[in-house]
Amino acid sequence: MTQHTKAAGPDADTSVTAPAPAAPPAPRAGKRRPASRGGGRTPWLYLLPALVVLGALLIYPIYQLGLISFLEYTQAQVSGGEPTTFKGFGNYRELFADEQFWQVLTATVVFAAACVIATLAVGCALAVLLTRVRALPRLALMVAALGAWATPAVTGSTVWVFLFDPDYGPVNRLLGLGDHSWTYERYSAFALVLFEVVWCSFPFVMVTVYAGIRAIPSEVLEAASLDGASQWRIWRSITAPMLRPILVVVTIQSIIWDFKVFTQIYVMTNGGGIAGQNLVLNVYAYQKAFASSQYSLGAAIGVVMLLILLAVTLVYLRLLRRQGEEL
Amino acid sequence: MKLSSRMAVPLTALALAGLTATACAPQTSDNSAGKDEKSGTLRVWLFQEVNNDPKKKVVDAAVADFTAQHKDAKVEVEYIPVDTRAQRIKAAFNDPKSAPDLIEYGNTDTAGYVKDGGLADISSDFKAWDEAKDSDPTATQAVTVDGKIYGAPLFVGVRALYYRTDVFKELGLKPPATQAELISTAKKIRKEKPDLYGMAVGGANTYGAMPFIWANGGEMAEVSGGSYRAAIDSPAAQKGIGAFTSLFGDDNCPAAKCAAMTGNAVVTAFASGKAAMFVGGDFSRQAVEAGVAKGKYAVVPLPGVKAGEIAPAFAGGNNLGVLKSSSHRTLAVDLVKRLAGKESQRAFFDAMGFLPTYTDVREDVAAKEPFVAPFVKTLGAGAKFVPTSPAWGQIDASLVLPTMFQEIVSGKKDVAGASGDAAEKMDAAFRDAG
Repeated sequence: MTQHTKAAGPDADTSVTAPAPAAPPAPRAGKRRPASRGGGRTPWLYLLPALVVLGALLIYPIYQLGLISFLEYTQAQVSGGEPTTFKGFGNYRELFADEQFWQVLTATVVFAAACVIATLAVGCALAVLLTRVRALPRLALMVAALGAWATPAVTGSTVWVFLFDPDYGPVNRLLGLGDHSWTYERYSAFALVLFEVVWCSFPFVMVTVYAGIRAIPSEVLEAASLDGASQWRIWRSITAPMLRPILVVVTIQSIIWDFKVFTQIYVMTNGGGIAGQNLVLNVYAYQKAFASSQYSLGAAIGVVMLLILLAVTLVYLRLLRRQGEEL
Repeated sequence: MKLSSRMAVPLTALALAGLTATACAPQTSDNSAGKDEKSGTLRVWLFQEVNNDPKKKVVDAAVADFTAQHKDAKVEVEYIPVDTRAQRIKAAFNDPKSAPDLIEYGNTDTAGYVKDGGLADISSDFKAWDEAKDSDPTATQAVTVDGKIYGAPLFVGVRALYYRTDVFKELGLKPPATQAELISTAKKIRKEKPDLYGMAVGGANTYGAMPFIWANGGEMAEVSGGSYRAAIDSPAAQKGIGAFTSLFGDDNCPAAKCAAMTGNAVVTAFASGKAAMFVGGDFSRQAVEAGVAKGKYAVVPLPGVKAGEIAPAFAGGNNLGVLKSSSHRTLAVDLVKRLAGKESQRAFFDAMGFLPTYTDVREDVAAKEPFVAPFVKTLGAGAKFVPTSPAWGQIDASLVLPTMFQEIVSGKKDVAGASGDAAEKMDAAFRDAG
């Protein structure tokens, strides 16, 4: 469908300004060459401020992270009780030999995937709903969503835990579950955290997708419904393809966010659940790096996370490219 | 194009990191003190208590005494929040320039701080100090690492069995005399009063669980050939773990709720009237008094395996130490003696209920205040301490023991399996710490 709209623009133009097209090609070709020759340095000049900021705020910390992950660096080294030594891949070997690391990694991947799918489903469904309801309910939904969005993660998590509290929580009372503990079983604890994550991250998806839908020319949608397409068909064949760039952005964002979930797990399952059953990579790294002061091991976990997220993002973008989308 | 540059940046950074690792190391601070000045300002960090005014009064009086003797010295006391003490003290080690001269610290942190290179060795001063001769050996052990002394004990904290007198009277029960009786009493109460936990226990309440292990002759770890080895999976320790974990279940404290409970949650359960018994410290008194259990409870030493025995308790408490980076070492040691001396400890007890670390002072105050009698009796029967290894901080922080208890009570592993895994993790930590 995107090709359609792209084609539609020039067609419309040519019909109105018929004489013009003959002239432009020549100047265009003439302009291009000097631009690529003399402008070799100019773009970099414009990029420089951004690069300096990126370098200071991104590259240097990543460099330090990578560096520390190759050292023996615990509290004793920081405060000078013992000398800092180079460990090579020692931290990584230790990490990969740790059975718990693999369990936590698997749990994190599955949990993040579930969160991303649920967030996107809820966010998109509500965005579509927003376009179909009247002003007042739309306003109410928007305000509710923005409220959820604006709530700090710690507050949100605490409130959710309270809602599902076995002794005092209203949810158990409403559902008649007695003193059922939601955080005791591994999957029910993960489910509870998933609800909270979806609750606090769907507004971003909803608002972005809603804005995207609004930007779709209504003629296209009208044409589709005149042709007798069902709502689902319109979403699948028109809205979703036209929203693809937006969906790509929110999906990547969600993957990165949900892979790095920390607060919700830390607060709601009390730092990783019964016997560490609800640990995710970020909480695990925190436990290693800060709670037990093994900064170098924590840094190694950080590097592994960085590489995984980079790989996921790259593969995702690759797949999209292959489908003929330019980003 | 975008893709490759995105990939290239972190990869280059990593490659660079590997190449330059030895050339450009991250920050390491120098904690060695250059001098020992006899005048100037001494900076002191003490823990902020829930109700800090009484503590401040005692400290102010001791400081006034000190400055009267040392005319050239000034003392600045800062009360730091207990929740963020770990970060504050780490920061002090990292930045000696803004570090205090004197700190209060939890006694389980001693070995870790020593390994970090943060605390000064004051063995000779401590041995020459006349009052130190009356110091309780367990308290002294809590400031000792490898035979050297790194501070002075400020107070001890010890746990005993709190029980609800009204519930016991109503059901015609007597305080249990053995561990087996304790467990059966707890289950009986739960049966008669299903809305109460017979005895509130927590899967994350490590220090409430240790007495069960020690009472059965088990140990956390044993010293062999100069280094620690985990003993948590020994038959005796397993028996204790079995006894403790048998208290989790619908017949006493349902695992679904109790497995995750911490020491504070257990206190809250008792204070709010949801439990008939719990293992709590002398320091839990204020919390219990603030709840509905007020005036309806009594305390006895936690019973051991045989009648008449007392289960060894964990000797918690805080110490005062001088920082290695302090440029006023002599003055700081003098102030430690003043603040942790007999006179101040007596005043701390009167004001805050902190149990003194001197056996003679402790007996004195126990005679005056009947509430502390069971705690003093417990200490007298021989309290125990966790391994004084820097690895302990890591074992504690990585939740090795709570994980073990939780694995057992949630039915994921049996006692032998879970304690074996815990022993493995502890041994790894001991090896790392050297």
